[in-house]
Amino acid sequence: MSDEGINEPRRNFLIGATAVIGSAGVVGVAIPFVGSWNPSAKALAAGAPIKVDISRMEPGDILGPIPAWRDKPVFVVKRTDEMLASLSSKTSRLADPDSLADQQPEYARNESRSIRPDVLVLIGICTHLGCSPKFKPEIAPQEFDPEWVGGFYCPCHGSKFDMSGRVYSGVPAPTNLEVPPYYYEDDSVLVIGEDKGVA
Amino acid sequence: MAKLEQQFKDIMRWVDDRLPVTETYEKHMSKYYAPKNFNLWYIFGVLSFVVLVNQLLTGIWLTMSYTPTGDGAFKSIEYIMRDVEYGWLLRYMHSTGASAFFVVVYLHMFRGLMYGSYQKPRELIWVFGMLIYLALMAEGFFGYLLPWGNMSYWGAQVIVSLAGAIPVVGDSLAVWVRGDFNMSGITLNRFFALHVVAVPIVLLVLVVLHILALHEVGSNNPDGVDIKKHLDEDGKPLDGIPFHPYYTIGHDVPAIIMFLIVFSAVMFFFPDGGGYLLEHPNFEPADPLKTPNLIAPVWYYTPYYSMLRAATFPLFGMTAKFWGLVVMAGAIAILFVVPWLDKSPVKSMRYKGLPSKMFLTVFVICFFILGYLGTVHPTPMRTIIAQICTAIYFAYFLLMPWYTSVEKTKPVPDRVT
Repeated sequence: MSDEGINEPRRNFLIGATAVIGSAGVVGVAIPFVGSWNPSAKALAAGAPIKVDISRMEPGDILGPIPAWRDKPVFVVKRTDEMLASLSSKTSRLADPDSLADQQPEYARNESRSIRPDVLVLIGICTHLGCSPKFKPEIAPQEFDPEWVGGFYCPCHGSKFDMSGRVYSGVPAPTNLEVPPYYYEDDSVLVIGEDKGVA
Repeated sequence: MAKLEQQFKDIMRWVDDRLPVTETYEKHMSKYYAPKNFNLWYIFGVLSFVVLVNQLLTGIWLTMSYTPTGDGAFKSIEYIMRDVEYGWLLRYMHSTGASAFFVVVYLHMFRGLMYGSYQKPRELIWVFGMLIYLALMAEGFFGYLLPWGNMSYWGAQVIVSLAGAIPVVGDSLAVWVRGDFNMSGITLNRFFALHVVAVPIVLLVLVVLHILALHEVGSNNPDGVDIKKHLDEDGKPLDGIPFHPYYTIGHDVPAIIMFLIVFSAVMFFFPDGGGYLLEHPNFEPADPLKTPNLIAPVWYYTPYYSMLRAATFPLFGMTAKFWGLVVMAGAIAILFVVPWLDKSPVKSMRYKGLPSKMFLTVFVICFFILGYLGTVHPTPMRTIIAQICTAIYFAYFLLMPWYTSVEKTKPVPDRVT
């Protein structure tokens, strides 16, 4: 084929236009492939908010780990006055005593990390590598901590959390345990998984 | 007889006119000249191919009895082990093969580092090789979830939640990868698709590219001498011998037989490798509420897992978890640029100076220590050791431009010795 009579600008324009349209096409085609990896309607439905009846909980009781919201183990603890008192006793040992990191909804950014001070709602997944911490309410020396004032202890890598899930400093877990969004439907029913006012 | 030969030749000519069968065979086998001084280190490429075939065959057969669902997966593995004829053997061939794959690939990579097989003009061979290694790690990771045992579950949970360490998009990325808010049957199902279809296709393409790039420039050798500098009157390298039959029959077949003897011994007598090849918590079904006391990946990832855990302090306003991810990813990424880090005028360790030899030795020792530490509980002492070894791991690469250019090298012979 001879090179005579080639309209270079027109050829370049056609190459450019094809590339642009082609790229748009590739992006368009990618949408269903990428989107298909998002949680399906079924997974979303299974992750819907759950209701927990706390009317029969006595101070010191824990519900959980219950396979609760979004298949994550949720702890619900009805704290005693003694437990609440422990929250302000040793704050110098905590990494984030004021809950500055976004590990809770705004209404739980307080010392008790809860709406009602006595009822604690936590996601029972260690913020280190996802193990499930154990509930250790005793205010007594423990193997892992001679000055233990009660809280949660993760057996996998030794992370420690206090009675409102605030992480101790010098342990592998970087942040406080997560508080899920929740609200009270009435005095005895907790809705875990969404904030009040969200449909 | 002569007539039969003639008929065969006619058929081959008919085919060759339409498809370059003879030409390809000659280019890659009977007229591919490999240096005549290959030693034992040069069998691991062939062995990894043998293991690849094993994995593909046993993998296809395992899919015939496996159920990729949250409810069915663990049960179907029990079914394969107990009820399917020879199911136990096919599964052990596959699980032992996975570990064997990494054994031969690690030795193959060490050979490359030792003899400078990544140096000019073999950079692309090395890069394709590293991509194969990466694909292999992905393949192993996806595959390890499939038995849906408790270690499968929690191991994958830990690694996927690593994505959560990426700032801003991390958590939504983890949800996107899992297809759910926590690890579930949905995650299992997609990992199955990736393990049996997507990654194997990528792996095969990469293997072809790796070999094509190798056969374009020719093999390196323990001396790091270019055999194409000395050709005979036909233009064949004086120090080269045809790959087939000299290496295939004389070198590779005995090596494959020896390898298969060791492989069979492990597969028949120690299929779980004392808990290292098949971890004990994996004999229990996955339980999202019950974490194993020690989450350890399979041995071939443990060096990187150690490096991940060695990052224990926040830095520049980012969490330790984020830096762990960076260190781990960096440890793998840095392997890709080795061809451009080595400034030595010689290829082979035989002619490099003492610093290169010492760095490689200490690097290998550290890799083993990190590998061991990744299988046990971290203690403050072990964490410090892991941090030192991680530093040495990176120093080996990052200081390479310096020590390979200042050290005194020995003269390289003109021909292979």
